[in-house]
Amino acid sequence: MSDNFRLDKGGLINRNKKISFKFNGKKYFGYEGDTIASALLANGVHLIGRSFKYHRPRGFFGAGVDEPYAIVQMNRNNEVDPNVRATEQELFEGLEAKSVNCWPNVNFDIGAINNFLNKFFPAGFYYKTFMWPKSFWYKIYEPIIRKAAGFGAASIKHDKERYEHKYEYCDLLIAGTGPSGLASAYAAAQNGARVILAEDKSRFGGSLLTSEVTIGNQSGQEWAEQIISELKSMPNVIVKNRSQVFGYYDHNMLVMSERVSDHLPKTDKYTPKQRLWYIRAKEVVISSGSIERPLVFGNNDTPGVMLSSAAKEYIKVYGVLVGKKPIVFTNNDSGYETAIEFKKNGVDPIVLDTRKDADSEIIKEAKELNINIKFSYVVVAAKGYKKVNSADIAKISDDKKVISNVENIKCDCICVSGFWTPTIHLASQSGNKTKFNEEIDAFVPSHSKQKETTLGSANGVFTLEENLKTSFEKGSELSKKITNKENKVSIPTVVEKKSSKHDKFWCVPLPEGKNYKRFLDFQNDVAVSDIQLALREGYRSIEHVKRYTTLGMATDQGKTSNLNGLQLVSEVENKVVPQVGHTTFRPPYTPVSIGAIVGREVGKHSKPTRKSPMHYWHEKNNAVFVDAGVWLRPRYYKQGSENLFVASKREAKNVRQNVGVCDVTTLGKIDIKGPDAAEFLNRVYTNAWLKLPVGKARYGVMLREDGIVMDDGTTTRISENHYHMTTTTAQAANVLSHLEYYLQLVWPELNVNVVSSTEQWAGAAIAGPKSRDVLQKLFPDLDVSNEGLPFMGYMEGNLFGVNAKIFRISFSGELAYEVNVESDHGNFMWEKIMEIGKEFNIQPYGTEALSTLRIEMGHVAGSELDGRTIPYDNSLEGLVSKKKDFIGKRSLSKKAYLEPDRQKVVGVVPLDKKTSIPEGSYIVKDAKAKLPNPKLGHVSASCWSVEYDNPFHLQLLKTEKI
Amino acid sequence: MLYIKCPHCGLRPQTEFSYGGDATVKRPELNKEISDQDWDNFVYLRKSPRGKHLELWQHISGCRQWIKVERDTLTHEIFTTLKANENI
Ligand SMILES: [Zn+2]
Repeated sequence: MSDNFRLDKGGLINRNKKISFKFNGKKYFGYEGDTIASALLANGVHLIGRSFKYHRPRGFFGAGVDEPYAIVQMNRNNEVDPNVRATEQELFEGLEAKSVNCWPNVNFDIGAINNFLNKFFPAGFYYKTFMWPKSFWYKIYEPIIRKAAGFGAASIKHDKERYEHKYEYCDLLIAGTGPSGLASAYAAAQNGARVILAEDKSRFGGSLLTSEVTIGNQSGQEWAEQIISELKSMPNVIVKNRSQVFGYYDHNMLVMSERVSDHLPKTDKYTPKQRLWYIRAKEVVISSGSIERPLVFGNNDTPGVMLSSAAKEYIKVYGVLVGKKPIVFTNNDSGYETAIEFKKNGVDPIVLDTRKDADSEIIKEAKELNINIKFSYVVVAAKGYKKVNSADIAKISDDKKVISNVENIKCDCICVSGFWTPTIHLASQSGNKTKFNEEIDAFVPSHSKQKETTLGSANGVFTLEENLKTSFEKGSELSKKITNKENKVSIPTVVEKKSSKHDKFWCVPLPEGKNYKRFLDFQNDVAVSDIQLALREGYRSIEHVKRYTTLGMATDQGKTSNLNGLQLVSEVENKVVPQVGHTTFRPPYTPVSIGAIVGREVGKHSKPTRKSPMHYWHEKNNAVFVDAGVWLRPRYYKQGSENLFVASKREAKNVRQNVGVCDVTTLGKIDIKGPDAAEFLNRVYTNAWLKLPVGKARYGVMLREDGIVMDDGTTTRISENHYHMTTTTAQAANVLSHLEYYLQLVWPELNVNVVSSTEQWAGAAIAGPKSRDVLQKLFPDLDVSNEGLPFMGYMEGNLFGVNAKIFRISFSGELAYEVNVESDHGNFMWEKIMEIGKEFNIQPYGTEALSTLRIEMGHVAGSELDGRTIPYDNSLEGLVSKKKDFIGKRSLSKKAYLEPDRQKVVGVVPLDKKTSIPEGSYIVKDAKAKLPNPKLGHVSASCWSVEYDNPFHLQLLKTEKI
Repeated sequence: MLYIKCPHCGLRPQTEFSYGGDATVKRPELNKEISDQDWDNFVYLRKSPRGKHLELWQHISGCRQWIKVERDTLTHEIFTTLKANENI
């Protein structure tokens, strides 16, 4: 059955472009400019999903971001998009969407059994269920609930779409392009301010798209179009549609999500799917409008029950009738505007007005159109399961307590209007202390904490004339403060119909003997009875009631339910709403896709990748790389079918027997200069530095103030006042900050400068008994003999025309040197070393062999200097000066650091000479002892000794206990 | 995200800075006797005030200077920023 509910004319859709799409596998047609919702409604489809808890049939409730029901799962360009609001998703050719939260399908949904078992699903269901026998939860509830619950399923595949982040700065950010947003943006732009104007929908104009008003000599919609096109032509204005400002953070930073390509069948090359904007604004104007409040009555979640403003929007924007026998149920004049639209399009509505009598220009117009109006009337309950087919209506007494004359009338939709709730989410997020406005029964912004101004109906003002005037003035005033320019804008005259006062009534009492479910939160299935139960069970704070019942905690963030929930709590508690207060609004205002939050920082872009200048040589020579912080380092060089174990053993052996070369570019390097450099190093390192001669290097250990070893490395005195410090790869940045801290804040009197030079130098470590032979051939003019370049010696040389620094330092216990050249010459140096080393059987070695060599030597590194050990634990106490003071020294006399049973680094060889113990293993005295089995230490490093051909480990161990 | 005015570079987003803790702590002088209690207080003990707090930040992705920031820990309001050698 596919009735046609599309009007012959009208709406803002492009009737020349027909679009086909699929919903739940069935093919439908719509037009360009439709949303999934409007196109389905045009086809008479109202059943879109199942509710979260009871799996009751659900239809469309709104026409925009407030939609609680119509969440679909999309398939776009072979990518899955869960949690898409059908009321926002624009139609494109070939679109495929399906219902969520129903299994096996939307028409036959097994979860609907929950509806009949609803006594078992009261408020706090999840909390209470956890109290039941555990096995019940694991075996029965959890698997079924998992299968039947949730709003769609995310793909487990990598998302191929591209998402971007953008940073912007502006004078005024204006959220919302209704009359207030447009007027304030226009006035600010005229004053030369940098303006960003954001609209979450595809069309600009907000309420002007659906209201019957005149501004100047134009209709509201024409005026909006003209202002937008003028703003778009101005260089100081950025105008964005499909862009939701969803978060207001500290110091006027707002985040906006732009759906760049979601309305297209696929994302164009070089454009992202979505873009996240981080906007730092000097002033923010919140013109986010207001959302109609539902009226609460029996079965008010039945498909076909929807907001009256949504019904009007479907007619005026999409040319779609949501029904042909509508009931409009209202407590204010807005319902009449919807009724008038129905009537103008040839449909006879019935208006049920909760008010005893009311009169205004709008009501007069409705009467003139012969619309059937019943005052003091309410809908008691909607009837029909998958779609409304009739309604029980009744007369209500003046005190709104008693209903009488219940009768059933046929209808195919019920359009409800319970007045308007200002959208104060952004203002509240900004820290604005909101206040309750009795006039409109809703909260409005009050005292700003940040530079933010709320205008229009978001501020609780509902007359266009007043809003335009205030917004032009505010836009001008805010921008003038920033630009010091003023170009007066004349405020146009406005023709609009005046409204009468709304009725505070919002919840229809249950008729005698009936137990209808009356829903407050449509997305999380929270009914009036759930709140009443929570209050009976002793919950008082609105924050607790919210968490216990899950009211307002769904993905729609309670846009349509919050206030009615508060009204109910205040009624039961006999308090006024402001006493109850509202729950905290937190970002995001609407769901934001994870992809947009992550942006381009995925895969290899999730962190920077640093490569040494010799990287491509390593690559060409079959290096297998390993991540070392953000660096990529060769772990081993694969020959033939070698694996890690075999290759690293070969490389390490070759260092012990011949000579090897290792890329050590990644070591942190810090250039230290100044007359007080020696004194500074003397305070930073634990050992003595004042007497280090020029041309010599020294190994040093530095501590934090709490006595823990921070880093180690060698530092070389290049000249009288110039030192070259090396740090471990991992600690390079921390050490630099540490040095800067002491120089800038603690000892500013020291005349020393430090700067990172890690990137400036490429380094190669040449190690092994034949390393001197290689070095001599690299620098034929230098005396590199044991006397000419002794242990820990330093000299400068000329490597075939390239300046080089030569250090005689060893990490492996072998005779070894490190040669540094400027980075640009790194590859040249490396190739020369390989070429010259050939006759000495030189082989490159990677980090695995490097580790093996240092573990064999018992040389501590990052896995022992792990942020928990003091010099003693690493047997480095010999490097701790007793004569001088240094950073962290005072802590070393702490009682805990002097305990005899501290874990200490020891070398361990298994008795069977075969069994290797993995790094990280815990050491206990007896593996079979009862728990808790005290830990004596752990394996910090593990290798296969090439020297003795057996496993070898370093452990941090409580040796006293063994 | 905070917006911090580096006294050397101007207004910059928080992502360019790293946090350095209480700026009022003074490191005890080198080579001076100090009781265990006083040393422990220097190393470990920090106030965690609700409200105004003078703290250190380093402009690591900018000028690399350590600066002082007077910030309200509750509202994140920043009252003033100072160079390392300046005092309120
Ligand atoms: Zn700076």
